[in-house]
This record gives sequence, C-alpha cells and structure tokens, in this order.
Amino acid sequence: MSIQAIEDSKVKPFPAPAKPAEVIAFTARARRRFDPAAIASKLASTLVPPVIVITIMLVVWQVACSSPTASLPPPSQVWNEAYDLIAHPFFDNGPQDIGLAWRVLMSLQRVAMGFGLAAIVGVALGALVGQSIWAMRGLDPVFQILRTVPPLAWLPLSLAAFRDSSPSAIFVIFITSIWPIIINTAVGVRNIPDDYRNVARILRLNQFEFFVKIMVPAAAPYIFTGLRIGIGLSWLAIVAAEMLTGGVGIGFFIWDAWNSSRLPDIIVALAYIGVTGFCLDRLVAAVGAFVTRGTTAK
Amino acid sequence: MTAYLKLDHIDKSFARGTQVSDVLKDIRLTIDKGEFVSIIGHSGCGKSTLLNLIAGLTKVSAGAVLLEDKEVDSPGPERAVVFQNHSLLPWLTVYENINLAVTKVFGRSKSRAERHDWIMRNLDLVQMAHAKDKRPAEISGGMKQRVGIARALAMEPKILLLDEPFGALDALTRAHLQDAVMDIHSRLGSTTIMITHDVDEAVLLSDRIVMMTNGPAATIGEVLAVPLARPRRRIELSSDRTFLRCREAVLKFLYERHRFVEAAE
Repeated sequence: MSIQAIEDSKVKPFPAPAKPAEVIAFTARARRRFDPAAIASKLASTLVPPVIVITIMLVVWQVACSSPTASLPPPSQVWNEAYDLIAHPFFDNGPQDIGLAWRVLMSLQRVAMGFGLAAIVGVALGALVGQSIWAMRGLDPVFQILRTVPPLAWLPLSLAAFRDSSPSAIFVIFITSIWPIIINTAVGVRNIPDDYRNVARILRLNQFEFFVKIMVPAAAPYIFTGLRIGIGLSWLAIVAAEMLTGGVGIGFFIWDAWNSSRLPDIIVALAYIGVTGFCLDRLVAAVGAFVTRGTTAK
Repeated sequence: MTAYLKLDHIDKSFARGTQVSDVLKDIRLTIDKGEFVSIIGHSGCGKSTLLNLIAGLTKVSAGAVLLEDKEVDSPGPERAVVFQNHSLLPWLTVYENINLAVTKVFGRSKSRAERHDWIMRNLDLVQMAHAKDKRPAEISGGMKQRVGIARALAMEPKILLLDEPFGALDALTRAHLQDAVMDIHSRLGSTTIMITHDVDEAVLLSDRIVMMTNGPAATIGEVLAVPLARPRRRIELSSDRTFLRCREAVLKFLYERHRFVEAAE
C-alpha cells in the first residue's frame, strides 16, 4: 500500500501540466486558511505511513520473539511486565524507585549544563578561529584530532580530574558536543560577506559590537547547524556516561535493569531515550528557524 | 583656500607573492566642500579601488588622502559609503539598519528621542518612512538602495561616497534615484563622490567629472567641469547644448582616446 503511494507520487508530476484545470483548483484550495478537510488529509498523509510501519515492525517482532527459546521479550511481554513504567512516568517511591520521566529529566539537566557550556565556549572559540587566520592555523589541527576521540574515552580522565561522577558526566557532554559547534561557527564566520565587514569598519564597531551585531546574526544558520549536531551527540554521550558513572539518570537505569535481568524495562527506556533525543533535535531546529528567519534571504 | 578633500600623489599596488601589480599611479585631485564629483572609467580601471582608498577600506601604497588637512588611513563614519549591492543587514529591519549606524555615531550626543527623529528624518528624505518595519528581503532593489543612502546620510558624513550606487537597477528606477540624489544634494549640500560607468548619469549629477585612463597603473586622464545650472531637469537637459557638449566630451575620452581593450590584461 505504501509502495503504491510512492509510485503514485512519482508518476503524477509528469502528466500534471497537461491538465491545467486540476492545477488551478489545487492552488485555490491551498489559499484558504482554515480548511478542515485539507488539514485532516495532510495530517493523515503524515501520520498514517509511520503508524503502518510501526505496526508491521511490532507484528514481526511479536512473531519472531514468541517462541519459548527466544532470548528477547516480545512486545506483549514488554507491555505486561513494564506497564508501570509506560503508564506512570512520574511516580516517585523513594530514592532509586522513580518514574522514567524523572530519570530523563535528571539526564536532561546534565545535558543542559554540559551542552550550555559547550554552546558558549564553542561559539566563542569558533568565532576566534573563524576570524583570525593565526588562531585557525594554531587551533584547527588540535580540534581536528581531539574531535575524533570517542566520548567515553574522556571519562576516566575526567573522573580523575573531578573526583566525582556528576561533574565528570557533564564534562563528557561538554567535550563531546563542543567540536561541531566550534567547527560550524568558524565556517559561518569565515563566510560573512565582506560587505558586512566593510559596514562594520565604516561604523567603527569595536570587537564586541561586531561580535554581537554582525558576526553572530550573520553566522547564525551555521551556528545552529553546529548546535543541532552537538545536542544529538551530547544525548548519545550522556546515556553511555551514566551507564558507567551511576546516579539516577536514564543511562544508569538501563545498566541497573540489565544487572537485574529486566529486559522489558530496558526496551521501554530505549523508547524514552529515542523520543527525548528526537524532541531535543526538533527543539534546537525550531529555535534556529525562529532566530535565523530572514537572515538567509538576500 | 585649502582643499576640503585632497588626494595627494596616490599610488596603489597590490602584491601577490612576488608579483606586484600597479593599479593606480599618481592620482592628484582636490575636491571642494559641497561639490559633486563623478569618477568615470572603463571597468577594471581601478575606480572602485580609488573610492575604497578614500573610504579608508584599503590603504594607499604611497601618497595620502587628506580630509580638511588631516590624513585619513582608516574607515570612519565621516566618509560614509553607499555600496553597489546596498549591504543592508538582512536580519534587521530598515529602521534597525539605520538605527545601528545612528546609535554608533550619535549614541552619546543625542538622546533616544532625538535619534528616533533623526532616523525618521533621513527615511523621509529618501521617501522610505513607510517601509521602516520591513526587512531588506521584503523591499525592491531600488528601495534597498534608498535605505542604503539614508543609512549613509544618517551618519552625517563629511563626504558621501557612492560606489556605482545605481549599477544594479533598471533604467526607470535608476532615474528616480538619480533625481532623489540630486534633490538631497541640493538640500544638504553634501560633498559627494560617485563612481559610475554611465555617461549620462555622470553629466546629469556632477559638478565635475573625473575621467580615468585604463589600467594597469591607471591615473586621472582629464577632469571636465559641467557648467550646468541647478536644479537640473533631465527632460530639459536632453536637448541642452552644454549638456550635449559635456556628454560628447566624456564619450570621446572613453571611446576614442582611451578605448577599452578587452585583451589588455
């Protein structure tokens, strides 16, 4: 059914110009602001395909894991055994028995601190590297090497330096997400048109004014690309870091569930992590779209 | 009487590695206060480089630019530039674009209300007050250039530098803007230097036309005074003897004595 839909959409554009009446009717319809039928059909066209795909995946999963020898639980078992976690994300029964939403929020708090720091330092360093040819020559090779270091490889070193698990996890977030922010900001700053620089020079803007009034807005599309990659990486890193450092985050929950053989819990936690990561990505993208409106137009 | 702006034996060469190319050689020119001077020449003759030197955006290799007997070698708001491609900041509205300049130049000397009045007065001057809350992407090319002129005027410059300001516009819009510039010049008496490659435009607007020879090592070939009374009206001038004579002189200079040779480089 979905394949049929794709074929339809591929074939249609070709005969379309031959039917002008149909095209006119379509644009007239799009102009109307509140057309419930149009909104419903648009909603259906975005929601129906993923629902179908997810249903098929669940069915396949159920069939594959239903045999008594299967090593992983089928969806029905996940639903039955982890129902508490799915239905009540905000329960709180004492120190280590809390809902998954609380754990996600704990992890998000660490991400917020690490990523926030990375955003500030990353944009500042990126601006320096983009602006000064000598800073670039000196720092770029260092960045290029350090950015390939996997997030968890930093963990032992940061544990040794901070002697505490929470700041170590935050540092891992920071060091993971800062590289794309630096590199994208630098590219954005390097691409600022000479005209804007000339305007700044004629107005005699000082370094700070230039940074705030010209550089950041002009490089904003690039900066937000870096931030979006960075937030994705930091969400990847926090789960891994928490598995090792412990505490009350979502990552430690997975490790804990594995140690007590609660596989359905792990599967629910994965769904939480995925949805949260998706929301983070969309959030940064939405902020970026809002902030950079108008900047790309000539 | 000393000159308002003096270009004193200016040379400009660009070095690329060991190769040095002379762009301008021995430029000598004095401009009086309130004068409107056009610089005309074929493309590649270095007229934009000359404007950048006056603006201070590039540095002279030898000689000096003197404004009221003081050497200028860095850019500043007293030599405001209107760029060919308007150079408005796309993330700011028309009002904010001018406000950026006004706040920087008059942030200390004028109050907030005075600055607002000043911005609106300059927008009125170019008839763009109605679009003050629009972004550059939402207005036409001619309107952008008007705002660019308003931004430059709002800096209250000693010299207004126009770098082919109408080059990217269609003929009708261009005529409107030329009239606007003439009107502003007569009202404010601002000393203006304009780069152009349009002969009619140069004759219509200028008190003097500076004609550049072809590069490399271009220099001023001839300076033509345009003895036409102001205000000038383009329709009356189209059959005016003096206008036609000036126009012919520039055309002869450009197309007979200093014909542009494409293969020269």
